[in-house]
Amino acid sequence: MNPSVDALRTTFGSAIGRALDVRGDTIVYVQRERLPDVMRWLRDTPGHEYHYLVDVTAVEYRDRERQLEVVYFLRALHRQADLRVKVELDPAGDLTVDSIVSLWAGADWLEREVYDMFGITFRGHPDLRRILMWETYSEGYPLRKDFPLRGRFSRAEQVRQALNISPEANYSMEELSIADAYDELPADMRERLRKGERGWVQESE
Amino acid sequence: MKHVLETKEVAGQSPNYLVAKFEQLVDWAVNSSRANSLWPMPFGTACCAIEFMATAASRYDFARFGMERQAFSPRQADVLICAGRLPFKLAPVIRRIYDQMPQPKWVISMGACASTGGIFDNYAMVQGIDTIVPVDVYVPGCPPRPEGLLYGILLLHKKIKGESLFDAERRRDEQPLDAHGLRMPPEQIDEVSEPFGNSIHQFRSS
Amino acid sequence: MSKRTVELELATPGLDAQGAPTRVPLALAPEPDLGGEHLLVNLGPQHPATHGVLRLVVELDGETVVRVIPHIGYLHSGFEKLGEYRHYNQIIPLTDRTDYLSPMANNVGVAMAAEKLMGIEITPRCTVLRVIACEMSRIISHMVWLGTTSIDLGAFTPFLWAFQERERIYNLQEMWTGARLTTSVTRVGGMMADIPDGFVEQLREFTRTYPKTLDEIDHVLTRNAVWAGRTQGVGVLTRDEAINLSLSGPMLRASGVAYDLRKDKPYLGYETYDFDVPVGEHGDVYDRYLVRLEECYQSNRILAQAVERLPAGPINVDDPRVILPPKSRAMSDMEAMIYHFKQVMEGVKAPVGEAYVGIENPKGELGNYFVSDGTAKPVRWRIRPPSFINLASIARMAEGRLLSDLVAINASVDIVMGEIDR
Repeated sequence: MNPSVDALRTTFGSAIGRALDVRGDTIVYVQRERLPDVMRWLRDTPGHEYHYLVDVTAVEYRDRERQLEVVYFLRALHRQADLRVKVELDPAGDLTVDSIVSLWAGADWLEREVYDMFGITFRGHPDLRRILMWETYSEGYPLRKDFPLRGRFSRAEQVRQALNISPEANYSMEELSIADAYDELPADMRERLRKGERGWVQESE
Repeated sequence: MKHVLETKEVAGQSPNYLVAKFEQLVDWAVNSSRANSLWPMPFGTACCAIEFMATAASRYDFARFGMERQAFSPRQADVLICAGRLPFKLAPVIRRIYDQMPQPKWVISMGACASTGGIFDNYAMVQGIDTIVPVDVYVPGCPPRPEGLLYGILLLHKKIKGESLFDAERRRDEQPLDAHGLRMPPEQIDEVSEPFGNSIHQFRSS
Repeated sequence: MSKRTVELELATPGLDAQGAPTRVPLALAPEPDLGGEHLLVNLGPQHPATHGVLRLVVELDGETVVRVIPHIGYLHSGFEKLGEYRHYNQIIPLTDRTDYLSPMANNVGVAMAAEKLMGIEITPRCTVLRVIACEMSRIISHMVWLGTTSIDLGAFTPFLWAFQERERIYNLQEMWTGARLTTSVTRVGGMMADIPDGFVEQLREFTRTYPKTLDEIDHVLTRNAVWAGRTQGVGVLTRDEAINLSLSGPMLRASGVAYDLRKDKPYLGYETYDFDVPVGEHGDVYDRYLVRLEECYQSNRILAQAVERLPAGPINVDDPRVILPPKSRAMSDMEAMIYHFKQVMEGVKAPVGEAYVGIENPKGELGNYFVSDGTAKPVRWRIRPPSFINLASIARMAEGRLLSDLVAINASVDIVMGEIDR
């Protein structure tokens, strides 16, 4: 068991859930609300210093009773220590977690992929768009267990939707500048952009 | 040439002129020049692209079959070789590249994934590029050996040499897509994409 | 042309007193304000220089890249979803198609993760054979990288030399597994087959002659003024940036971080082999080239040692629940037939739990994460793709540089889209 777990419990108390040692790897569960604090502590505290983020992914179990887990693989390079941090989410509830891009820049695309495949929204992510599927993909979130292997639509419908993706979507000069200035735009324009064809963060499937 | 030309004997004179049917002569000339200098547009996506590169390299070298210059611009290419799997996200791209090629154009579907979807019978993969573009030669294999690709190229040569410039129907398939965007009726797409063989048993996840 | 462009073209002063290439720091003077619009250029997804179906949307101010937005997903094949519908041994052929430039290393990675999950220890002979497989993969992957990068920067001949060496390794792979590229050489608990007769001699011959080709390529490129001018000082990433961006493999080592999973978290007995790991200094494209070239020499060294120490013995673990019995026994012996039936029809059941194994793939740290619920098919198969994470750094490296530098930087990341998009 990685000694960081005990140090975490001393610092964060009840925000740290159960900790397991599986096949030599330490896994610790953290409450979703305290995740950014816990991650910052793990990265910055001397003696722990997990400066290297190995991976971010999510796991949904076949058992409907089990929660959906967002898994973070952390590593302290100089100490050769690994830690796996998990956050549990209710699959029927609100799939939102805070983003850790501000702590590890490598989490950028990794979180986008988790959003694309599972529909988990990362609050505070600078650019949460679909990354592997096209941005206006409407069949759902592929790696969820209720998503069938061959997709929801018929093959002909999938071909038709694919042929109608416009490969130039999102990249006119106006849109690049708009993306930068998003926060300064008036509210009704932001609404129009949100509903428009350009595939911003979809809050529902 | 023998099947095209005949020598004509005129009484008393040596056979010093040759007679041929105009259509056959033109077809022979045009088809030979087209077939023997097919410039490929390598639409390489995945593992088959690596075998394509190996076919282009020094050991197997398809430059000896006329494919001296790989045209990376579709405007200058004759044959689109789709080497590798084609996900749905890439479908409009290959259609656009195919539309940008000037006629006459041919398509070689290299590999199992380009021909039928291969081992990827799932939400992301086009089940054969013939649902998107018309295909002339299918080269099976995962990936096909360089010799396999060369055989496919030679089959294409044979097909080209059997074409005729005077056949009005031959370029019908190359028209841009209609308003619906599909090149075959939706029922036909569903039918060719149906799983068969072992894969029908592999949709249980536990 | 602005003055700055001319300075770059002349930044090839040659060798210094020690005979090493002189490094010219390229100061980026601000562009005179010409009052024009920025140009939006789309590179790919079909493009000869993007190394696969990568789409780069580049905002240009003249020749200078102001912003580059990479778009991936054009080769997304649903591997991880497919893995949930396959037994562990059926997942191994899928891994050939992710990183198709080094298929054997992927096979080894996923087999090691499945074995960690199931608690299986492989035999000594299997260990050495897997090291041979991984190092052969490293050589062929770096040869593709070298060939395609030199083509991107204008040198065509190293491509042909590199691919000729690849053909020799392909001959070995074909001798062993029957396939040149889609090898599927491992199984959970062992290998698909033992090496045939003649393999060891041919591999020894390869290790004897391979350094000569590397020397030729080195001779042509390393001190070449054009090569050095186009790669030195281009695409620099500092040590801290590299760690923060989660880079791995030669990208990380070229930036000065001495981290190699074979040395720092040894697996497959790598701690018993005698080899060095090259670490760069400046974190630019030239350093990445030097690191990868030296890694080829070192892989050759490891291969030569592995071939000498190959122990006799079985390649598969002696567990009939995991390893298929020999066909002759399965046809005659009832117990063997039942084991065969159960493994083929139901698959090998893994215990409940999860396991992550990261190996040093040629591109970086390839991780395989299996989560099991006690059945024969994993609940989740996650591939930690090194090229995916390495590619995300391209935006930071290319901004402010020229468009031709972008091509060099893209080449230096050593991406394979099959792994990025899965």
